[in-house]
Amino acid sequence: MTVLTQVLNGLQLGSIYALVALGYTMVYGIILLLNFAHGDIIMAGAYISWIVMAQLGLGPVLAIVLSVAGCTLLGVLIDKVAYAPLREAPRLSILITAIGVSYFLENGAQLVFGADAKVVPSYVDVGNVQIGAAQLSTVALITVVVTVVSTAVLTFLVQRTKLGKAMRAVSEDMGAARLMGINVNSTISFTFAMGSALAGIGAVLYSMAYTQASPTMGIMLGTKAFVAAVLGGIGSIPGAVIGGLLVGFAEVFVSAIGLSTWKDAVVFMLLIIVLVVRPTGILGRTMSEKV
Amino acid sequence: MPKEGRMSVPTGGDGTSPSADAVGAQGGPRRGRSVLVQMETPNLIPERDLGSLPVLQAERLGIDFGGLTAVDDFSIALGRTEISGIIGPNGAGKTTIFNLLTNVYKPTRGTILLDGVDTANKSMVQVNKMGIARTFQNIRLFDKMTVAENVLVGFTNAMSSSLVADILRLPSHWRQEEEFRDRTLSLLDIFGMRGLADETAGNLPYGAQRRLEILRALATQPKVLLLDEPAAGMNPNETEELMSNIQLIRDEFQIAILLIEHDMQLVSGVCEGVAVLDYGKIISKGTPEEIQNDPRVIEAYLGKQVGVR
Repeated sequence: MTVLTQVLNGLQLGSIYALVALGYTMVYGIILLLNFAHGDIIMAGAYISWIVMAQLGLGPVLAIVLSVAGCTLLGVLIDKVAYAPLREAPRLSILITAIGVSYFLENGAQLVFGADAKVVPSYVDVGNVQIGAAQLSTVALITVVVTVVSTAVLTFLVQRTKLGKAMRAVSEDMGAARLMGINVNSTISFTFAMGSALAGIGAVLYSMAYTQASPTMGIMLGTKAFVAAVLGGIGSIPGAVIGGLLVGFAEVFVSAIGLSTWKDAVVFMLLIIVLVVRPTGILGRTMSEKV
Repeated sequence: MPKEGRMSVPTGGDGTSPSADAVGAQGGPRRGRSVLVQMETPNLIPERDLGSLPVLQAERLGIDFGGLTAVDDFSIALGRTEISGIIGPNGAGKTTIFNLLTNVYKPTRGTILLDGVDTANKSMVQVNKMGIARTFQNIRLFDKMTVAENVLVGFTNAMSSSLVADILRLPSHWRQEEEFRDRTLSLLDIFGMRGLADETAGNLPYGAQRRLEILRALATQPKVLLLDEPAAGMNPNETEELMSNIQLIRDEFQIAILLIEHDMQLVSGVCEGVAVLDYGKIISKGTPEEIQNDPRVIEAYLGKQVGVR
């Protein structure tokens, strides 16, 4: 295992965390909700890929498209059904609702698909790339590239489109935005759609790497991504990416030095340390764009 | 500046009528014995606006919070190009009236007609689209966005290009981008703020933030502009400039402006009509000269010397 391989592993894992953390941070930025069901959306995405490829025998392109589209729809649907009716309710109510939605999705999946893990067939049949002395996994390279592109597209959407401006306005002052004629509900739906689409992309990349779908797969992935979002400064888009990469690298590094049983503990220790030293996270709210 | 315009409460004997909502825009026939009420409202508007429907009419508006009556029996009519003010001691209910007019609060009693259309059961967004926009007493800009972006948020509903066109940067996107960039800059020109277009709004000095809020509200293309203490925190020079700009905005956009203000210099300099509010009720209405001589106004302000010339 060369250093380069380990760096790539860290980038790969970190990229997936970053994509999921972006969904947390965007939803938090706009309605101050910690969407605990976000990790379970990834689980849904993995199952969609499994159904399309393993059950229906269709191609990987369709699996990717349907996974991303399915996650996007699911995210918007969860907002409309579970969160939108509670828009004016105390924040605790909607937080508990999010936990409820999470349990509902996990147990729903267990009911429909069973508790055992399903094997998601490989999307692309590629091996490794030889660079110098290092064998680099193509899947890892794809993951990193896709994440960079997704983050760039997201930043473009938020910074340079009319809807992105509306999003930023709503996240700063929902009341003032309403009074300026901004349709807050459709802006929130758009935010959920974008966050969930990223989760869908994350689901595809995750199942490319780990080739499994199980009802509870979203719990740890979601929790780690949540840690990443808080680490980076929840509400901040660049913060989510930095946090995701940090968590990914920490895990890979700990495993590489032979302490892989400690990797979860290290991630949460990292969270505690950052929260003690810098409670608003690395790019705390005062410094960065909140979306 | 014409001084003939003013607002006044209905002074007819209809104070106790069960359905005194003027203009008859709501409510069907009631069963049982009918009570006939005075329909003509004696609300006054500037002479030049007489030919058209008042752009804003509030009739006997009231709101209770629990047992507390914050606003009661508040009526105004605002001519299409009128500039009027609401003054009153702190806590008199002035901002509450703005919140009622923009549907932030739902009135307990009374009717609001915006350009003749009842705004009951409309959302804040719909009321804004119908033609009312406002600024805030405590500035509520989008601090992290640029000056130009703040104005562009106001223009959102005027823009037609779709998200797809925005993402793919289709020609329609660029046309629109250019058009609204121009419109934003010419709005900023009103207050000489073109050079600040790409500054972060939160970094502007206080006075400039107040001016930007007015421009953001103007971008939503209102028929009525509500200004909540536009001169607060401004020095006398800035206030002077604001006064001429308020008139300039009215002349240029041909809209009505209703403002809340403590600065009597501004009120008597720019307002055609003034309503004095105390404990949620209008205690005096008239031209600035008239209300300054009204003993009830002087009493409400006590030692504040606002009523004394």
